[in-house]
Amino acid sequence: MTKASAAEANVVPTPPTALARLARRKMALVGIALIAIAFGGAVFAPWLTPYTPNDQMFDGLTLEGAPMGPSGTFVLGTDLLGRDLLTRILYGARTSLLIGVVANGIALIIGTVFGVTAGYFRGWIGGILMRFTDLMMAFPALLLAITLAAIFQPSLWIVVMVIATVNWVQTARVLYTETTSLAEREFIAAERTLGASNLRILFRHILPHLVPTIIVWGTLGISTTVLLEATLSYLGIGVQPPTPSWGNIIFENQTYFQAAPWLVFFPGGAILILALAFNLVGDALRDVLDPTQRGSE
Amino acid sequence: MKNWLISTAFALAVAMPAVAQDYQPDPNAKPGGGIVVTYKDDVATLDPAIGYDWQNWSMIKSLFDGLMDYVPGTTELRPGLASSYEISGDGTVFTFHLRPGVKFHNGREMTAEDVKYSFDRVTNPTTQSPGAGFFGSILGYDAMADGSATALEGVKVIDPMTVEVTLSRPDATFLHVMALNFASIVPKEAVDAAGADFGKLPVGTGAFKLAEWTIGQRLVFAKNTDYWRPGVPYLDQVTFEVGQEPIVALLRLQNGEVDVPGDGIPPAKFREVMGDPAQAARVVVGGQLQTGYVTMNVKMAPFDKLEVRRAVNMAINKDRIVQIINGRAVPANQPLPPSMPGYTKDYKGYPYDPAGAKALLAEAGLGDGFETELFVMNTDPNPRIAQAIQQDLAGIGVKASIKSLAQANVIAAGGEPDQAPMIWSGGMAWIADFPDPSNFYGPILGCAGAVQGGWNWSWYCNADLDAQATAADSITDPAMVGERMQKWSDVYMAVMRDAPWVPIFNEQRYTMKSKRMGGADALYVDPVSIPVNYDYVFVTDVQ
Amino acid sequence: MAAYLFHRLLQSALILLGVSLITFFLLYALPADPVRQIAGRSATAQTVENIRQQLGLDQPFVVQYWRYLSGLVQGDMGRSYLQKSQVSELIAARLPASLLLMAGAIVFELVLGLTMGVVAALRRGSATDQTLMIASFVGVSAPQFVVGLLLLYVFAVQLGWFPIGGYGTFSHLVLPAATMGILGSGWYSRMMRSSMIEVLRQDYIRTARAKGLARYRVILRHALPNAILPIIAMIGIDVGIFMGGIVVVESVFGWPGIGQLAWQAIQRIDIPIIMGVTLVSACAIVMGNLLADLVTPFIDPRIRLR
Repeated sequence: MTKASAAEANVVPTPPTALARLARRKMALVGIALIAIAFGGAVFAPWLTPYTPNDQMFDGLTLEGAPMGPSGTFVLGTDLLGRDLLTRILYGARTSLLIGVVANGIALIIGTVFGVTAGYFRGWIGGILMRFTDLMMAFPALLLAITLAAIFQPSLWIVVMVIATVNWVQTARVLYTETTSLAEREFIAAERTLGASNLRILFRHILPHLVPTIIVWGTLGISTTVLLEATLSYLGIGVQPPTPSWGNIIFENQTYFQAAPWLVFFPGGAILILALAFNLVGDALRDVLDPTQRGSE
Repeated sequence: MKNWLISTAFALAVAMPAVAQDYQPDPNAKPGGGIVVTYKDDVATLDPAIGYDWQNWSMIKSLFDGLMDYVPGTTELRPGLASSYEISGDGTVFTFHLRPGVKFHNGREMTAEDVKYSFDRVTNPTTQSPGAGFFGSILGYDAMADGSATALEGVKVIDPMTVEVTLSRPDATFLHVMALNFASIVPKEAVDAAGADFGKLPVGTGAFKLAEWTIGQRLVFAKNTDYWRPGVPYLDQVTFEVGQEPIVALLRLQNGEVDVPGDGIPPAKFREVMGDPAQAARVVVGGQLQTGYVTMNVKMAPFDKLEVRRAVNMAINKDRIVQIINGRAVPANQPLPPSMPGYTKDYKGYPYDPAGAKALLAEAGLGDGFETELFVMNTDPNPRIAQAIQQDLAGIGVKASIKSLAQANVIAAGGEPDQAPMIWSGGMAWIADFPDPSNFYGPILGCAGAVQGGWNWSWYCNADLDAQATAADSITDPAMVGERMQKWSDVYMAVMRDAPWVPIFNEQRYTMKSKRMGGADALYVDPVSIPVNYDYVFVTDVQ
Repeated sequence: MAAYLFHRLLQSALILLGVSLITFFLLYALPADPVRQIAGRSATAQTVENIRQQLGLDQPFVVQYWRYLSGLVQGDMGRSYLQKSQVSELIAARLPASLLLMAGAIVFELVLGLTMGVVAALRRGSATDQTLMIASFVGVSAPQFVVGLLLLYVFAVQLGWFPIGGYGTFSHLVLPAATMGILGSGWYSRMMRSSMIEVLRQDYIRTARAKGLARYRVILRHALPNAILPIIAMIGIDVGIFMGGIVVVESVFGWPGIGQLAWQAIQRIDIPIIMGVTLVSACAIVMGNLLADLVTPFIDPRIRLR
């Protein structure tokens, strides 16, 4: 089905077909599996490990106060305060996933509102909104995030808002382009002459067509927000200890990375895998839901 | 004129005190050679009126001199640019006789006019000096501070080699203030020529002069061949390389490329270095005039109750905290560090006794514990230390949530009376500006510091103790030093009885040097010239 | 063309103005007081107020912003609060290092990314193709600080092939440039692959092969140049991504660029430096986008023409 014919038929590509195509792609399956593992680890953490993440154990450090490497007692070793690393990584999954999904969700909502409003209404509203988007694009994202996070007392919500603020621009632009081309279609004009209100047109005719794009960018966006949260925590201005986050585990222990590299590479690997998983799934979704866009096919 | 005659008469009554045993030059020292010191951060400024971080403090000391100085490696005062001085009987008038023949790096001879210019400059608001407040006891300071005067009334040029300073009140710490970087003597023409860039183009009377500064990369100090102290400095040059990570610096030291890693031994390498006898032999350990402590805000419940504060003192396992930082500190039981005069040696402090702490809490009606917040600066190792403290507090039923923030935010919270119930001072406070017990009281324990924007984060204000402190600082007679120190000891013991703080540890300094560096150990852990006293160290591979 | 350029430049100037306004406002609205940082721990309340007045920080927002703008137009970015040096001087001293790092990163990502993309396209559908594409995904998903620490640990600390951070020689540049370039190489390899596949489908390629030209010749002289063109336009966009990465990468490797300067300034609330670096970065991003937009029209028509 081409996009044009789908629009004419006023029907969204039916889910079962898309899902089936998704299922045929190995990369997507790998990605989904990894996400499932991450979620599983986060949810079932208390059952997967006998320790608690904030428990500073006397036996967790050597006699001179150094962290211990992977062993039978501590599967992934301990950190500089004698806490079990595997436990902190599992509980850290909760933080990374929560922030990743929520921050991205907020960014998605902001981006959708901006992009669709600007694309549909055009005129000076659209102009202002898009100029503002251009303005936000000119900000070096990480620098802005770092400045904001360092300035305001970091709490979980500040981190979420900062990440959302920096991430909505791409979505807005893409949705703007799509909305403008959609809004020009004859059937929209037809609906208008029939007396449909703007809101009705937006919700019944435009948004449904945007759903695939929103899903794709939503998924890809989680990868970006996970990385951004990790970077902020790595710099010490993201999630604050003792709440474990993969980024702040590295932050707390990086001065020891020569002597205890597992403290950097296990959480680092976790970040990589989660971001990779969302990228794989997002990319596959992009191919599946919109074959005209170039992907890795 | 009349004042001068009277003060001279009094001055005869109080002759210059016997100078402490001055520095004996090292017989092995040979002049020549250069060393390389590394730092991670770029140097902020070399303007003595402005520079106030631990990195540029010793650099400024090598480029500039003040009227007073310290015997290298010790906390004993000795004459600097003032070869002698007299103090009036009531301790308010100091007459300094300047050393003749001292030349600035630009060749001009220093005179009393330069002294007056320098003091006027540092107290003038347009200079924006963070150290202006130290000169608060000089007559006319207030007029300078509010802008109604452009010269200090209390600083008078008697003749080109004599300066008379009059204080508005007797101040036993004044000579220490004269040895501070802020009291360095600078030449007016160089400051005028450089304007706001004097910090990049410093001109002083010190043992070294600035030869080169490539921003972000390197500074080079070259020997001042006209230096007024004979025989020093030994080194021909000191090169500071900036932008070097501590681990890189250490590796380069091991390769022989670097002589002193300025940021110290990185924690990750500490065990490796100290475990190797060859390397450990080149590490000098010394105390610092530093104390790390937890403040409890006496204006915020439940820390307004004495029993609660004492209970917290008994709940913290200081040995474990020291272990977390690789043992690079000694547990502290009082505000003053051990190497500070006035330290109370036999004081035992509060014992580590969680059971006793819980009992005290029950006495105060808080047997079920309470919730509170612990503020901490967010650079390593402070969050880790805070988490250890948090665990100890949990052991007595106190649930402390950690607020790990940027330094400026913690300081701002501490300066408000109702924001920070507990603060861990690590990374921010307190290291002494000069080796005198009064420096540990005023800003951080005295009523003057318990104001908005102040550094007395426990908001502890005991008018009685303030009066005792002022009385102690009025004892200016050098023969009565013992009595003064006893008074200060009493003050701090009273503070510990009231327990607004939990003193945790005193950091030790570990300076590692290369094989070719020579000089007494004390020079490498100089309490004033941190980390190294560049004027007096030498290298052993000179021909 | 000239009109378009003028229009874009005007737009860019307005965007930069907007960036400066927003940043200035954010820094103005800080809950923490920069004056207390400057005044240090031994300052009396009077000293703090004096410094505040001297720096003009007691003025209302509009006055402060206007002063800043007036200075900016004359090329004066103010003086660092803590170092007292001119911000323009500090940035000028460190900008070359950052530019060098970006140049190195661009070279690395192009060489690696394009090679991977071409090989994957030529061996389309094979295991090599799959592996290379997974590798490119990994490149895009890896957090830069982890990559940096990993490269540092393996190649500098353990193997000793490169110096451990620092600046000065070519070998100092390799690891940081690689860290920054890995992210971009992931994007470029996939784009190159698609672009190459598209080009290889074209008629003129088949014609060349039919004429009997050797396969490699065809690829090198006909396919590659056309496939690369759309990539070139993307480099301008890269600048934006680099600007964010330099803070972290320069920190990990001790690279004396403006990223390191910015991070130090942010920690100490040295507002003039933060403003300066943000504006310089925004300027670079805007210029980069402008360049990409200018180059693209030249690229597409040529492909269609052939």
